[in-house]
Amino acid sequence: MLKKINGRMDISGAEISIKEARYPAPFEPALEYNMPARGHWNIVHTAMLVPGLHQIYACARGCLRGVILTAGEMMEMERMSFVTLEENDYFNGRIEDEITEGVTHILEQLEEKKKLPPAVMVVLSCIQLFAGIDFPDILEKLRQRFPEVDFIDGYMHPTMRKSGLTPDQVMRRQIYDALKENTSIEEKSVTFIGNDHAFPDSADQVKMLKENGYTVRDLALCKNYGEYLDLARSSLFITNIPPGRHAGEALQKRLGRKVLHLPVSYSYKEIRHNLLLLAEELKIVSPAEEEFRKMEEKADLALQKAKEIIGNTAISIDHTATFRPLGMARLLLEKGFHVTKIHADAFTGEEKEDFFFLKENHPSLMIASTVNAKMRFAGKGVNKGEEKILAIGQGAAYFAGTPYFVNIIADASLFGFDGIIRLAEKMVESFKIPQNTEQIIQIKGLGCGSCLL
Amino acid sequence: MKQTTRTLSIYSSDTAGTASMLYELGGMTVIHDASGCNSTYSTHDEPRWYQMDSMIYISGLTETDVILGNDERLIEDVCKAAKELSPRFITLAASPMPVMTGTDLDAIADEIRARTLLPVFPIHTNGMNSYLKGASDSLLAFLQYFCKENVEKTVRPSVNIIGATPLDFSINGTVESIRKFLMEEGFDVISCMSMGSSFEEIISAGKAQVNLVISSCGLAAAKYLFRQFHTPFVTGVPLGKRYAGHLAQELRKAIKNGENSFSCLYDRSIPQERENAPAVIHESIFASSLACALEKDLSIPANVIVPEELQISLYRKDADIVAECEDSLREILTHTGTLIADPFYQALISENQSFIPLPHEAFSGRCFRRANKVLAARDLSQWRDILC
Repeated sequence: MLKKINGRMDISGAEISIKEARYPAPFEPALEYNMPARGHWNIVHTAMLVPGLHQIYACARGCLRGVILTAGEMMEMERMSFVTLEENDYFNGRIEDEITEGVTHILEQLEEKKKLPPAVMVVLSCIQLFAGIDFPDILEKLRQRFPEVDFIDGYMHPTMRKSGLTPDQVMRRQIYDALKENTSIEEKSVTFIGNDHAFPDSADQVKMLKENGYTVRDLALCKNYGEYLDLARSSLFITNIPPGRHAGEALQKRLGRKVLHLPVSYSYKEIRHNLLLLAEELKIVSPAEEEFRKMEEKADLALQKAKEIIGNTAISIDHTATFRPLGMARLLLEKGFHVTKIHADAFTGEEKEDFFFLKENHPSLMIASTVNAKMRFAGKGVNKGEEKILAIGQGAAYFAGTPYFVNIIADASLFGFDGIIRLAEKMVESFKIPQNTEQIIQIKGLGCGSCLL
Repeated sequence: MKQTTRTLSIYSSDTAGTASMLYELGGMTVIHDASGCNSTYSTHDEPRWYQMDSMIYISGLTETDVILGNDERLIEDVCKAAKELSPRFITLAASPMPVMTGTDLDAIADEIRARTLLPVFPIHTNGMNSYLKGASDSLLAFLQYFCKENVEKTVRPSVNIIGATPLDFSINGTVESIRKFLMEEGFDVISCMSMGSSFEEIISAGKAQVNLVISSCGLAAAKYLFRQFHTPFVTGVPLGKRYAGHLAQELRKAIKNGENSFSCLYDRSIPQERENAPAVIHESIFASSLACALEKDLSIPANVIVPEELQISLYRKDADIVAECEDSLREILTHTGTLIADPFYQALISENQSFIPLPHEAFSGRCFRRANKVLAARDLSQWRDILC
C-alpha cells in the first residue's frame, strides 16, 4: 500500500469532499472491503423479531455459514435449521424435493419433541432463484403436511441488492407475511412497521398517539405469536425507516390498511410535518404552534448544552448509525458542531435535499467510502492525528480509531424532537467516557442477545 | 437425513479456507461474490481481521453481471486495485453464483496476469466445499507458483509446519506453542504455513529437512514438497506431553530414513470397548492427534469421529467413524463415552453424558473462542477424572 510523503496512507479516491461528490452514489463500484463494525442487523436478526418463528435456510455452505452463526451468537440455535445444497442438487432435477423433504424432516423432529413452531420461514438464496426453483410448490406441499404452521417464504439474495429490493427490505416485508387478511380491525390503534427497535413512550409520535387514547403496537414489543398476529388489528400502519417502507406498502395492498410513511428525520420542519400528517390522518388535535415551539426549544437546549461540552471537536458519522447521515450532519452543522466526515457509499432518496444543501453550504464536508478497497488501510485511526474525534456510529469509530463514539445503529429509535434530545445526551456521554471500540463494535446485532458479551 | 441439520452449525466454506490460508502472505484475494462471503469470513472465520490488515475483497457481483457475464468489470476492478495496493500476488476464488453460470476463472486470471504482470492464480472454489479444500488448494497453488527452485537443505534439523489457519488453531497461542515445542526439541522452524511466517520464509520451505502436517489442508502441500524437494512429512499435532515427544521422534526418524509417517493415524490403537470409549470430533489430524495423546499420556484410547462434510479429511478407514449427517452422528453419540468436541455438538448428547469442550472455529466461529485452550505440548491429566 502506497504511503504519502507525510507518512499517511494514500486513500485518495476513497474519500472526497461533498463538493466533488455525486448523488446518490459518490463512488464508482469496485472491489469491496468489509469493515469490522458488526452492530447493524442482518436478515436473521430481523426475522428473530417474530416470536416463535423458526428459520430454515436452504443454500450452499458459504451462504449458510453466516446466518447459522448469527443465530449461534444470538444463542438462538434452537430456532435455526438448514438444508445444505450441493452442486449436484442443481443438476439432478430434485432440488425442490430435496428442500421439501429436508424441511419436513426438521419439522417432524420438532413435532416429536412437541416443539412444532407456530411459523416457519424457509429461506432460499440467489442461486436457487436464478435456477428458477418452484418455491410456491415447496411451500404448498409443506402447508399440506403441517397445516397448523404458518409458512413464510424468505429470501437471501444479495446478488439482486442493486437491481431491486435489497434482502433487508424483503425480509422486513416478509416478517409480516403471516399476518392474516381477515383480522378484525380495532379502531384507535396503530402499528409501527419495519423498525428494529420499539420507540420509547417519550417519542413524539408515540406520545401523541397515547395521549389521544391509541393503542400502539410494534413487532419489537411482541412477546408471543398471538401478539404478533394482533399487529394486523390496527387501523393504521406507520413506517419510519426507508427499508421498512416497502413492508408498509405491501401490507397496505394485502391487508387493505392505510399506511403512513413518516420518515425518520433530523429536520425540525420535517418532524413537524410528520406530526401534523399523523394528526390529520387520525383526525386528532395536532400540536399547536406554541407546543411545537416548546419542543424545538427543548431540542435546541439539549444541542446547545452538548455543544458547550463537545466544542469544536471533529465529528464523523456513518451510515450504520442512521438512515439520514446527511440530515443528522446538517442539523449538527447548523447548530454549530464541527462535523467533518460522513462514511457512506450511497444515499437514499430521502437524503437528496440535504445532500445538495450540504454541497452548497458545507462544501468541505468529507464523504468517505466504507467499502472501497483502500479503506482496508484506513481503519483504527491510521490516518488520525492527535485530535480527539467524536464518532456517531460504529463504522465511524473504527475508521477514526476513536474510543469516543455514540454506539447506535439504524437511528436507535432516536426519532423526532425527543430523538434529537436523546441524541444530544448520548453525544455528551460518549464524548466524556471512552469505550473499548474494538470489543464493542465487533459484536453482531446491537441490542440482540450475544454469547460474546 | 443427509444434508439436513436441525441443531448443529456448519463448517466453514472453501472460500474462507482460501482467504485464511493466504491471509498473511501479502497477496490480494478476491472472492467473486455479491456480498455475504466477505462479511461471513471477516466476522466468523477470521480472528485476525481487526488487528492485521490483509487484502481480502469481494467483487460485488450484481444481478446484471450474472445475466450479462460482465467479466470485464471484475478484471478492471482487480487490475485497478492491484495498481493502487501493490499486492505480491493475486488469488481469485468463486462463490456459488459464478460457478453455476460457468464463469471462466482461469481465463480471467490469465487476463489479469497479462495486464498487471503479477502472479495470479485462480482457486476453484464453489462455496459448497469445506474450508479444508479451499485452504489445501490455495496453499498448494501458492507453493507451486513460488516454491519450486531447488535450495540446499539446512545442516541442522529443520522443519516446516504445514496447515495452520485460525480455523483449526484459533489465535490462542496453539501455533506458537507448536513452534516453541519444535525449537525446544532442537528443530529450526523454517516456516509455518500460514500463520506467523513471512512470504520469504514460506517460499524457502524447500530448505527444511522434514515437514510436520498439522491439519488435513496441509497434506497436498506436503506431498508437493516431497515430490519437489524430497522432503518427507509426518502428520500429527504435538498434543499432550508424551505424544508430542513421540512426534518429535517421528520427525527425527523421517529425516533419517526419508520416509513419510502418518503418525496420528497409526500411533494409536482402536479402543477395545468402542461403545463406551471417549470420542473426539475436530479436524481429523487434530482429532487423531488428540486420540494419540489421550492414549500415550493417559492410557485412554479414544474413537475419532470424522464429519463427512469435511471432505478431504485424513482418517483411518479401519478405525475412525465417519458421520454422514446430524442424524447419524446423533445415533453414533448415543454409543460413546465422554465426548470431546466443539460445544455446539453438546446439543446431540444426553444430559448425563460427559462432555469436554474443544472449540473449533471452523465450526463455531467466535462463539467459544474464549474457552479455547492450548493443548500443544501440555499436560492433559486434568481430563483424566472426566474420561475415566
